[in-house]
Amino acid sequence: MSTYQWDWGIILQQVPESEEFYYQWLISGLGWTIATALSAWVIALLLGSLIGVLRTLPSRPLSFIGTAYVELFRNIPLIVQLFIWFFVVPELVPTVVGDWMKRDMPLPEFTTAVFGLGLFTAARVAEQVRTGILTLPRGQKNAGLALGLTLGQTYRHVLLPMAFRIVIPPLTSEFMNIFKNSAVALVIGLTELTFQMKQITGDYAPSNPIEVMTLVSLLYLSVALSVNRIMAFIEKKSRVPGYISGGK
Amino acid sequence: MFRKATLIMAAISGVFSVAASAEDTTLPTLQKIKASGIINVGHRESSIPFSYLDDKQKPIGYSMDLCNKIIENVKKDLNMPSLKVNLVPVTSATRIPLMTNGTVDLECGSTTNSMERQKQVAFGVATYVAPVRMLVKAGTKLDSLDDLNGKAVVTTTGTTSDQLIRKNEKGMNIDVKNVYAKDHAESFLMVETGRADAFVMDEILLAGFIANAKNPKDFAIVGPTLRAEPYGIMLRKDDPAFKKVVDDTLKGLMKSGEINKIYQKWFLSPIPPKNINLSLPMSQELKNAFTNPSDKGV
Repeated sequence: MSTYQWDWGIILQQVPESEEFYYQWLISGLGWTIATALSAWVIALLLGSLIGVLRTLPSRPLSFIGTAYVELFRNIPLIVQLFIWFFVVPELVPTVVGDWMKRDMPLPEFTTAVFGLGLFTAARVAEQVRTGILTLPRGQKNAGLALGLTLGQTYRHVLLPMAFRIVIPPLTSEFMNIFKNSAVALVIGLTELTFQMKQITGDYAPSNPIEVMTLVSLLYLSVALSVNRIMAFIEKKSRVPGYISGGK
Repeated sequence: MFRKATLIMAAISGVFSVAASAEDTTLPTLQKIKASGIINVGHRESSIPFSYLDDKQKPIGYSMDLCNKIIENVKKDLNMPSLKVNLVPVTSATRIPLMTNGTVDLECGSTTNSMERQKQVAFGVATYVAPVRMLVKAGTKLDSLDDLNGKAVVTTTGTTSDQLIRKNEKGMNIDVKNVYAKDHAESFLMVETGRADAFVMDEILLAGFIANAKNPKDFAIVGPTLRAEPYGIMLRKDDPAFKKVVDDTLKGLMKSGEINKIYQKWFLSPIPPKNINLSLPMSQELKNAFTNPSDKGV
């Protein structure tokens, strides 16, 4: 029993008193979502791999730094981290820097979201890279060293190539997560996809929220599925016959 | 493969059967109330002073007082003195779906009566007229929209304040930087921390934030009225019998002047929980709305 008037055409309607259409808002939002997620993923993958490696090194201080990073960034909710980067940090740094962050930094919402999301996801990537390295038989590292490779060379040529192959499935999940987590950036005013959904279903077109929310869900679904397929392709292409993920 | 296809078909048909059952028409509200013995009242949680929770988590406010008058008349009309009132919290995003699916029968909050919303729901005559103005830090010179040139203006997500500026931007050729915040509290924070120069919103909400600020003197509401929005109590569409009870009750309060006392209680006296006085005298627009009650949307 409902008097809800369905209207799937809502998205094709023109924004009142303007030359824009609602679907253009959604496309622009999707663009920011993808740009934010991809940029943050670059940070997450590079920094995460570094931290993950640090945690497996024999040096106590280095592995401590890795552990401290992971526990700090993994144990604070993402929404709180973004809030801190955006609202708290500019108040703590010297006024000149704070004012620059608030007024002159290029694209303040986007930049903050990319770094916040990237640093958060790096902690999770680090754990997966560490898992990948620790999964390898200990003999591999010893064999590398016995061949006369330095520790760095052993990581570069022996351990990491296999470790990354092993953790492609969990990294795929993390890569998909970063697209979905980017929605949190609406709390700092980034005009990404979920922001646009809230904007349209707010006072602009409040009468058909269910349709807009459904379409936005489908957009997220298709982005995540595309990422999933691309990663599956990479996994297939990087397979080493006879090794762990090369089996089947 | 076959099982996969069957599952997908089942899922899809499930979605469509929900959509189909949602098309069923509903009973007129008064009949529904009579049959169930319950009236479901939607309220907000922090829409001060219209509809918000007090320190005992009980919804109170200007709109709640008006709704209680409506409920009294429903009891009289249906001859059901022991009618049960079921209070349902709603948000700006849920109020319309919950109204159309019958979860609430009456929404007592601070909802603008807009033509867009009238596609789904109906409104009683306007109970408040909210002028839209600008909040700035005290000392900022902002007498007209021209002074916004080069300034950052914050809009709360889900409101149309950015459009108000955009519309004027065209005519006046000024360059405004639109920034966004997730709720009104955060928009206020954007001005407080200097990320934005002005916050464009309903004056009543701005007054509430200033009253609750650490130093109310640090802020000011300035500039012309950019738009006036009528607030209305929301009910289901195409339900003339229930709408008559709602409108007659409100018109009665306006005619007898009783609504002035209720206004006095919420806008010109200290209100819970912090005993802050919003000190917002009745605007000319609101006085007009009480003399000539109307349910016209914007």
